[in-house]
Amino acid sequence: MNSLPPGLILIAAGLLLPFGGPRLRQGLILGAPLLALWWVWQIPDGVHLKLHLLDLAWMFPGADLKPGAFDLELVRGDRLARLFGTVFAVMAFAGGLFALPQKRTTELSAAYCYAGAALGVAFAGDIISVFIFWEIMAIGSTLVIWSAATKGARAAGLRYAAIHLLGGVILMAGIADYIVATQSIAFGGDAIQNILGFDRPGTWLILIGFLINAGAPPFSAWLPDAYPETSWSGMVFLSAFTTKTAVFVLIRGFPGMELLIWVGLYMIFYGIIYALLENDMRRILAYSIVNQVGFMVCGIGLAGSADPEFNRLALNGAASHAFTHIIYKALLLMSAGSVLYMTGKRKCTDLGGLFRTMPLTMICGTIGALSISSFPFTSGFISKSMISSSAAEQHMLWVWLALMAASAGVFLHAGIKFPWFVFFQKDSGLRPPEPPRTMRGAMVLFAFLCIFLGVWPDPLYAILPYPVSYVPYTAEHVVTMFQLLLFSGLAFFLLLPLMKRTLTISLDVDWFYRKFGTAVAREFGLQGEKLQIGVFGLVGRFLERGHSRMLRVAGPQSRMARTWQTAGMVGLILILMAVYLVLALA
Amino acid sequence: MGEHLPILQVILPLIAAPVCLLVRHAATCWLIATLVSWFCLAIAILLLLQVLDGGAIRYQLGNWVAPWGIEYVVDRLNGFILVIVAAIGAVVAPYALRSVESELPERQIGLFYVMYLLCLAGLLGITITGDAFNVFVFLEISSLSSYALISMGRHRKALHAAYQYLVMGTIGATFFLIGVGLLYMMTGTLNMADLAEQLKPLAGSRIVHAAFGFIVVGMGLKLAVFPLHLWLPNAYAHAPSAVSVFLAGTATKVSLYVVLRFIFTVFGFEFSFVGQPLGPALLVLAVAGIVVCSLVAIYQDNVKRLLAWSSVAQIGYMLLGLSFATTLGLQAGLLHIFNHAIIKAGLFLAMGCVFLRLGSCRLDAIAGVGRQMPWTMMGFLLCGLSLIGVPPTAGFVSKWYLVLAALEKGWWPVAALIVLTSLLAVVYVWKVVEAAWFRDPPGTAGRIGEAPLVMLVPLWIAVGANLWFGLETSGNVDVAKAAAAALMGAVQ
Repeated sequence: MNSLPPGLILIAAGLLLPFGGPRLRQGLILGAPLLALWWVWQIPDGVHLKLHLLDLAWMFPGADLKPGAFDLELVRGDRLARLFGTVFAVMAFAGGLFALPQKRTTELSAAYCYAGAALGVAFAGDIISVFIFWEIMAIGSTLVIWSAATKGARAAGLRYAAIHLLGGVILMAGIADYIVATQSIAFGGDAIQNILGFDRPGTWLILIGFLINAGAPPFSAWLPDAYPETSWSGMVFLSAFTTKTAVFVLIRGFPGMELLIWVGLYMIFYGIIYALLENDMRRILAYSIVNQVGFMVCGIGLAGSADPEFNRLALNGAASHAFTHIIYKALLLMSAGSVLYMTGKRKCTDLGGLFRTMPLTMICGTIGALSISSFPFTSGFISKSMISSSAAEQHMLWVWLALMAASAGVFLHAGIKFPWFVFFQKDSGLRPPEPPRTMRGAMVLFAFLCIFLGVWPDPLYAILPYPVSYVPYTAEHVVTMFQLLLFSGLAFFLLLPLMKRTLTISLDVDWFYRKFGTAVAREFGLQGEKLQIGVFGLVGRFLERGHSRMLRVAGPQSRMARTWQTAGMVGLILILMAVYLVLALA
Repeated sequence: MGEHLPILQVILPLIAAPVCLLVRHAATCWLIATLVSWFCLAIAILLLLQVLDGGAIRYQLGNWVAPWGIEYVVDRLNGFILVIVAAIGAVVAPYALRSVESELPERQIGLFYVMYLLCLAGLLGITITGDAFNVFVFLEISSLSSYALISMGRHRKALHAAYQYLVMGTIGATFFLIGVGLLYMMTGTLNMADLAEQLKPLAGSRIVHAAFGFIVVGMGLKLAVFPLHLWLPNAYAHAPSAVSVFLAGTATKVSLYVVLRFIFTVFGFEFSFVGQPLGPALLVLAVAGIVVCSLVAIYQDNVKRLLAWSSVAQIGYMLLGLSFATTLGLQAGLLHIFNHAIIKAGLFLAMGCVFLRLGSCRLDAIAGVGRQMPWTMMGFLLCGLSLIGVPPTAGFVSKWYLVLAALEKGWWPVAALIVLTSLLAVVYVWKVVEAAWFRDPPGTAGRIGEAPLVMLVPLWIAVGANLWFGLETSGNVDVAKAAAAALMGAVQ
């Protein structure tokens, strides 16, 4: 009975969407995610759908294999799967509700297949099933980008697809090595780095494949490149699934991989610096996705200590942060999407003063902004603090300091910058009304969830992968956080006059961060450029020389490829025959 | 009825051909050809099942006892090949209806089916017979009909290609005949099983060595072993689309079968691989063929010609498996015969669909066609992935076995070469994909529709086979294993 993969409900709904009338469409859009959500909770622990589709025994002639080593496990329930399944289903529901006014049917179809595939990954019990759903996600998300039907979206979608196909190929290569090494396709038992060890290529290839989807360096740029090109509703979906599924498989496959701490920290600061320099409101939020996923990746890396208690805290932190982040980032993008839908503008410099006519959108956006800044009594606070506490309790001073500094940075770029420039600052003269009812409904739902989880985290803590003993609301936590946030807020507004004069296309906040930021960016940029010219120049020259040589050997005019005279062909045979006869008979 | 299956396998298309010649009506001929092809497939499958169950089937023609009369022998090896040939025929025949209609003048269509049936009969006959001279007879039947088929191509170049193939094919067949004649001179028999017995004490004979050389080089020509492949690219490129599909899927495979049959059954493993350096020689030719022809394929601008060059490279993979001279290597080679037949058939089927709509398979002509013929080009892409050897396609399975066989021998550079040359396949498949999807159609092109269903269904049967045999491998892997073991076991 519970052997139906919950993702299939959404995928089926997505495939049916184009064929239904408006009433059926609405029913499917709202009904399917709720059904999937209910279904997620009908799946108890253990494997419920095993398919003997794939028999890889032929790959190992003569080897003694475990029976069922290559069975696909399409439905395997456990706490982590249900946690991510829940938030994916809730997200699909709110996204569907928000996107109801969307005229293009292809976008929601693609988005539902994409969301369904994400659910599929969450419940996949073996690495091949993970890969299959992984690729469906890549296709679905590319189609979501293309649904925007602009020239920019088309080009960005192509680049996006190229990166994700590359990621898929790398992942597949890693999986191949994994299968060869383990003679099984099991996924999610021990960490992969423990099973394969650090010196097998499979470990690294799978890790890279996962990290590309997480938006890790050096491939972070696909995310802020592609997401802002989507339609006003498309980005809401995209923000939720690809990166969080990557977080999910990292929790499953690489808990306690120390490298992830540093990758995560890099992502955190990359996101902050670039978001501070950005002017497009949705690009700001795109960079902040990288930044927030950085916290989760860092948390997964922190789960490698000797004390299992700390590891559980870190993994709980990463998982719960993924949960809350999906909600508040979607909320932020819904409010940005509403603004884009009503005004058609997305540059901070073109916007401002919208609080007059869009108060509800402003309030919801602000709640999202407070959540992402982990303001006490919002959902961000109860999840992110678990990650930093885990670092603190492991006495990793520098990591902890970096995480705290980053929290202030998040407040600056997403917590204040986004709502301030979109809804307040100067009056842009725009007087758009509030968005349609369903869009407001979706925003209110998620705003409510942000506050609800912030005030009353127990329901979330109860479904985390490990039992939670963590208490978020101690006086120390709250006071630390308030101090941090209030001082960075103070800095922002004290330096506002300074900013106003320099308010051009790019960046704002205050001169210190601006100068620091540009300096860092210039540093990276310059070196990157030099490196690029050097490496590409070298490779290019090498390729050019190789190409012309190849043309001579194998090009259409070469001796090999030309159509020969019949006499030439016959001569060749005679020579061959003669050589054989001489050798054989001599 | 059941006991006469071996002769029915050949006689059915052989008799249907003159019937078609008398009828001449295009649609009727097509119907006859299609039904006969399907019957042939059913017979081939029945034969294979029988052989897998029991043992080899020996069928005495006209009840003349073996060494004097001609006998048909079906064992696991040629039962496997019969199924491949008949299956390709069964897919091509329905496909030919629309494809041939658009490419050939009305009055030639009836003749086309006559030639097709003769060619099918010839190929099945070569495979099924246990008599060395009978091989030559059927070889001539299939060759002559395929020269005629190729010459029916729309472009004038087809005539030249057919002419060159005729010259080369005739030389090949003549060499083969000389070889068989030398063997007859030495042993006084033409029956393969009898030949094998009689040749054992003659291993040191120079004449037998010469016969071996003539037979291997002669069949190597028909098989398009590098560097005897020069006739092939033009022949495949300029033939009518249905002919390209049929020949690419069958002709070279059957020739390779004859080589295997002679090397292992008639001359014996000892004579071929131990007595002379056949293994290293094949290895060198196979590697050279794979590398050179893959590179040449990359630079082609006509997709059919590109696929033809890739065929020569793929023949290299089959020979590579053979050159290992191990059971695993032989199994890999046999698997690749099967897999390459369905891969190349699928690719040429897709190009036939494109040719139907565009009248050209040049890369610049097919620009942007992916958006207008999505099913066709998706089929091409999937078969292309199989050609590269991407899991979960059939191509991956045979590449995997080749790599395993190379590693078993400890020849890791060869294993690396197999993987690296697959990257060359990525390049030439990508060239087509890029043109079809990522380039804008030429300004002159109007709207064109998807190919008709009667052509799409055969294409997707081939695509389905590529996916099916990538996932459900027990069938063909086991048959190939049994056939390889039988070939090696018969001699060791």
